[in-house]
Amino acid sequence: MKVLKLIFKNLLRHKLRTALTILGIAVAVMAFGLLRTVVTAWYSGVEASAVNRLVTRHAVSFILPLPIADEEQIAKVPGVTNISHFTWFQGIYIDERQFFPRMAVDPEKVFQIYPEFLIAPDQLETFKKERNSCVVGEKTAKLYNLKIGDIMSIRGDIYPGQWEFVVRGIYKPKDKTTDATQMFFHFAYLDERMRQEAPSRAGQVGWFVMTIDNPNRAPEISAAVDALFANSRAETKTETEKAFQQSFVSLSGTIITSLQLISYVIIGIILLVLANTIVMTARERIREYAVLKVLGFTSYHIGGLVFGESLLIAILGGVIGVVLTFPVCAGFAEAMSTFFPLFNVEPMTIVLAMIFSLAVGVIAAIYPAVKSVRTRIVDGLRQIG
Amino acid sequence: MNQSIVQVRNVTKIYKRDNFDIPVLQNLSIDVPEGEFLALMGPSGSGKTTLLNLIAGIDRPTSGSITVSGTDIASLGESALAKWRANHVGFIFQFYNLLPVLTAYENVELPLILTNLSKKEKREHVEAALSVVGLADRMHHYPRQLSGGQEQRVAIARAVVTDPTIIVADEPTGDLDKKSAEEILILMDRLNKEFKKTILMVTHDPHAAERAHKIQHLEKGELS
Repeated sequence: MKVLKLIFKNLLRHKLRTALTILGIAVAVMAFGLLRTVVTAWYSGVEASAVNRLVTRHAVSFILPLPIADEEQIAKVPGVTNISHFTWFQGIYIDERQFFPRMAVDPEKVFQIYPEFLIAPDQLETFKKERNSCVVGEKTAKLYNLKIGDIMSIRGDIYPGQWEFVVRGIYKPKDKTTDATQMFFHFAYLDERMRQEAPSRAGQVGWFVMTIDNPNRAPEISAAVDALFANSRAETKTETEKAFQQSFVSLSGTIITSLQLISYVIIGIILLVLANTIVMTARERIREYAVLKVLGFTSYHIGGLVFGESLLIAILGGVIGVVLTFPVCAGFAEAMSTFFPLFNVEPMTIVLAMIFSLAVGVIAAIYPAVKSVRTRIVDGLRQIG
Repeated sequence: MNQSIVQVRNVTKIYKRDNFDIPVLQNLSIDVPEGEFLALMGPSGSGKTTLLNLIAGIDRPTSGSITVSGTDIASLGESALAKWRANHVGFIFQFYNLLPVLTAYENVELPLILTNLSKKEKREHVEAALSVVGLADRMHHYPRQLSGGQEQRVAIARAVVTDPTIIVADEPTGDLDKKSAEEILILMDRLNKEFKKTILMVTHDPHAAERAHKIQHLEKGELS
């Protein structure tokens, strides 16, 4: 018999208590994993950003439009290899709860700027030709059972009125980090209606996305672009795509911070659950530890028994929690697929969950281990267990 | 009789409880020859268990020296003392103190975890010890599946499995019925006579004390 076997046997002494503690840790680790994945998903757009893309938006806020005419000037800036404009359309599809990005774009260039959106050449050609056509991401198409030729009817909010689009393409993501939920349609379709119904809004786009020849020149090119429009009615702010995405995320900064805080509070809860169990366990076994000391077991052995049991519970709870994290996150991703186009459990989340589990196992055992070691044999033997 | 295997010299033990000093043993000296079966008797609080604990190296004297088999155990550090206990002392408790999650075999094997014996050697030692106490057929039973007397016999097997220098027993029959107590006393007598074990036993029971070669009375921390 080895000391490890004794730890296992001790673990099974109060099966219900051990099982509940392991379950408690597992649920907490799972919750930690889910929250971390939500936070990661929030930043997924930032992480998936290309290094060779810059975004130019209005200097005051990205909700303010820019003249489409700026595109021509920006395209001439040395280092800029391609440019296209994007306009946030949104609107209500089916009902208010159905969220996925809907944008008015230049059909000639959108798939050049975003080569990670893979579309069949024949679908792209049809999309370019038909003014009221649209392309949707594979994920959105699957969610709403959209097929080529289907009509998407959207009630406008930013751009009022009823809008109808014919699905002419379904793009696939290049890899799992690519967003496959977006919908693109012709900016010209939007603009011609604005010219009729709200002329002051015509010729206005949301932002420009450009590709550059050398990512190392990003600051220099950004400065050159912004210099073009300095002191104009619509000054610009040009930044890397990553910084642009970050500015979106920062709008939800408080929520993200709260989620991160809660995920750490959960670690604290795990610690309390386990510490409670280990303290109870060690207190019940003071007499047994004294007997083991009488038999010649040293402080290291006794400490090892306490730490071993705590770590074993923490590891079991951590592993079960990590295993549970995957189906729970998959279910969450399914339910929230339009809000979180990319919702993958990151390896770092798993590593963190296990590190925290181990740390909790160690910390929870410190006090009871020290107490067990320090209790004099004669006092321990007097303990009524 | 042989030369002294236990030499207690001028031992004083004072417990501190809150701000009070409680003297338990005062300037006590005693020699226990090798192969002796010594019974320590005395009223509650007389210090007999304290003396037993000091000789077994599970407590330390306030002053004085205790030498067992040539080792001054009062001078040993905690780890050295633990190792010394593992090699030299077999302890029999009043309430057996078996680990409930371990079988009789595993309980007896516990002290051998600390040795470098091979698995086969450990098995031989454990089976031999359980045979001596007549429980070879119950080795896979858990303490809850044994009677009080059987539990104490397992505890005795655990105490002798390392072939210790001395066996100390604190009220080994105190929790047993008359028949079981008699069986334990016969077993201890056998350990002393057949296996030449030096035994120090604390007891309240005059009948149990009769089994010993020598009875010493302890009263108010002094031997008589």
